[in-house]
Amino acid sequence: MYADCISPDIFGEKNLEEILKLKVWEGNKLKSLGDLFDVRFEREIEGDNIVIKLVGNFIKVRRIGANMSSGKIIIEGNVGMHLGEGMSGGEIIVNGYADSWLGGSMKGGRIEVKGSTGDYVGAPYRGSKDGMMGGQIIIHGDAGREIGHLMRGGTIKVYGSVKHFAGIGMIDGTILIRGDCAGEAGAAMRNGRIIICGYIPSVIPTFTIDSIRPNVDINGEKISGPFYRFIGDIADNGEGKLFISKSRNPHLAFYEKYL
Amino acid sequence: MSLLIKNGLVYDPLNNVNGEVMDISIEDGRIVEDVDEHKAKVIDASGMIVMPGGIDIHTHIAGSEVNSGRLLRPEDHVYDVEPKTAITRSGVGHSIPSTFTTGYRYARMGYTFLCNPSMPPLEARHTHEELEDTPIVDKVTYPLLGDWWFVLEFLKDGLVKECAEHVAWIIVATKGYAIKIVNPGGLEAWGFGRNVKDLDDPVPYFDITPREIIRGLCMVNKILNLPHTIHVHTNRLGQPGNYITTIKTMDCVKDLATSNRPVIHITHCQFSAFKGDSWANMRSGAEEIAKYVNSHSHVTLDMGQVIFTDTTTMTADGPWQFTLYELSGNKWVNHDVEVETSSGIVPFKYRRKSYVHATMWSIGLELALLIKDPWKIYLTTDHPNGGPFTSYPKIISWLMSERAREQTLKKINRRARARSLLPSIDREFTFYEIAIVTRAGQARALGLKNKGHLGVGADADIAIYNINPKKVDPSRDYRAVRRAFSRAAYTIKGGEIVAINGEIVKVLDGRTYWINFETSPQIGDTIKAPSDLKRKFREYWTVEFENYFIPERFLKVSAPIFVRAGV
Repeated sequence: MYADCISPDIFGEKNLEEILKLKVWEGNKLKSLGDLFDVRFEREIEGDNIVIKLVGNFIKVRRIGANMSSGKIIIEGNVGMHLGEGMSGGEIIVNGYADSWLGGSMKGGRIEVKGSTGDYVGAPYRGSKDGMMGGQIIIHGDAGREIGHLMRGGTIKVYGSVKHFAGIGMIDGTILIRGDCAGEAGAAMRNGRIIICGYIPSVIPTFTIDSIRPNVDINGEKISGPFYRFIGDIADNGEGKLFISKSRNPHLAFYEKYL
Repeated sequence: MSLLIKNGLVYDPLNNVNGEVMDISIEDGRIVEDVDEHKAKVIDASGMIVMPGGIDIHTHIAGSEVNSGRLLRPEDHVYDVEPKTAITRSGVGHSIPSTFTTGYRYARMGYTFLCNPSMPPLEARHTHEELEDTPIVDKVTYPLLGDWWFVLEFLKDGLVKECAEHVAWIIVATKGYAIKIVNPGGLEAWGFGRNVKDLDDPVPYFDITPREIIRGLCMVNKILNLPHTIHVHTNRLGQPGNYITTIKTMDCVKDLATSNRPVIHITHCQFSAFKGDSWANMRSGAEEIAKYVNSHSHVTLDMGQVIFTDTTTMTADGPWQFTLYELSGNKWVNHDVEVETSSGIVPFKYRRKSYVHATMWSIGLELALLIKDPWKIYLTTDHPNGGPFTSYPKIISWLMSERAREQTLKKINRRARARSLLPSIDREFTFYEIAIVTRAGQARALGLKNKGHLGVGADADIAIYNINPKKVDPSRDYRAVRRAFSRAAYTIKGGEIVAINGEIVKVLDGRTYWINFETSPQIGDTIKAPSDLKRKFREYWTVEFENYFIPERFLKVSAPIFVRAGV
């Protein structure tokens, strides 16, 4: 189901009756929001600070909060793909699992996921070059493959582990991975930073070691190391920085002889 | 079925009808003197304008190139989705819509005849399959012959008559309509990793110049008596300073013209009208081109207007597409079609704030406005190269309203605005002139006898737009013009109402027109091929000679046009 209309920007201009009539696509059938959900109005909120609370399993509902610019969405349960796609402001909190393409192409605002997420966090739609431009995505659980694909700005923080190709084709911005990475981090990256605090099996050969840094600073937050700092992806004339924890990756110690 | 359109304000330039209140009668898909009012279905068109169905002389809508573009661009499809209805099929695509959607969208705008301008002969089968799936509209397609090896060989040896016989064969074999020439010689040179620099730069190996190719094929076109002229995409397209090449190209066939009839069509001229010697000092060469066209009658043009949007460029001009890839750094496709031609695809975003893009936008409109005779320039965007065809109403409003142009001028790059000629031009098109640049002129250029006009005997392809020129001043209320032209009140195709207020109400199969030759019975399935044609096919092509020919039964609705050729 595609429900772009579940967004504070759209709800804000409407009363309950109009909200019930908003159109959503369920497969190839056009339905109204009221047919599918139980919608309740709680209380009047001044200004742009509208809060939409979704309770239940929304795993099959896509594009919630797409292009939103203000307000807040709180989801109690799991949520489907393309959550907060292209959003430029406001906040989304997921107390559960969020599916792939979380915050795809987002420009600003904040998304916090208490559970895990699927693949392509912050990544643009297939074929598009418009990666994440700004804002913040915080994931307390794990994330899948290709997080921050073609990212141009903003921050992604993952407290759990990620799969392959974190920050692929990244142009700018910061990705912090507190857990492990399955490999190929920073492939084809041209700039920006990826910090991996956990284990990574290997660094791709088109990265070259640059130095050992005691810690990394992310917008004032100090991440203590020490870290191996790699520069790459040289195959793409990249100058991206890949920080990898020294203590968690003793198998990368052989790089030290190239310093 | 008979149909009567009552009290519409009729614009029919080919019959010199300029906004007169007239009734149009239709019987069995054709326009007739009158019909029995009691039996006919009556459309009340009072306060609306009635025009012949729109004709697009140059729009890439089918073939392997377009299809590769579709595959390349999922992001172009995702936000432009058309769900299926009881009678129409679903589809996607902003700049390269799927085939069915292309047909519906054109019909909604009142267009009923499309010309697919670049078909590598090898891909003819694919092209016709896609044209078949483009509903409602009639269509033709032009095979690319400017870099076809046999043509180059014949012309190198000066064998124009033999070349004409061969071209006749290839047109019948591919069910084509006109001779399309793209960057003559340049595409062959691209096979060697090069491009031709000018009209007199010889092609590697063949040692023939673009000038000789254009002149040769222009003579072939005359010998074959084809209804359309040669359809030329000039050398050095998209390079600053190319307006000189364009003028030279037009001038090189001047002596072949007889009785003031055009002999050459320069397509998407905007891309060939750049002055300057680098992107930094690129300027408009529209004034010079307009000056040439105003004083010569052997040439027609189409605009190739640029729209500020995200689109997909696709041409057979491989070297130019490579340049475009280097400029944009975007994903791309480049392909060499065996011995025939090349092609390339690059997604592209035209930005208001870019000096070059804004200048290109200005050049297209300058050309249309500075060329005094609307019969010489037609409205196109070179869909999808300059922008999708769905933006035609926008262009119509720019042409009809100085104010609309000012509105856009305000938003473009400041340097481009300062250099644009548009503020100095106060010409505003009338509805009559719009009818010329969107249908009548194109019908004349294409040599279509039954299209583009509303005289008795013409095909009943009609567009009715809900705008009253007596009440609306298009110069001030250009938004109303835009609205009216984007959703035709009625589109009638072959005497059947296919769209009402922009909604498709009936889906028909359009016809595929192609050229057949009545003088030579050998031309056709049993052509007397030049002795070594089959051998060369075996040596150079992946397709056997016997499988190359597209039989007439392959076309869903075949509509051959017979011409009497001089060979």
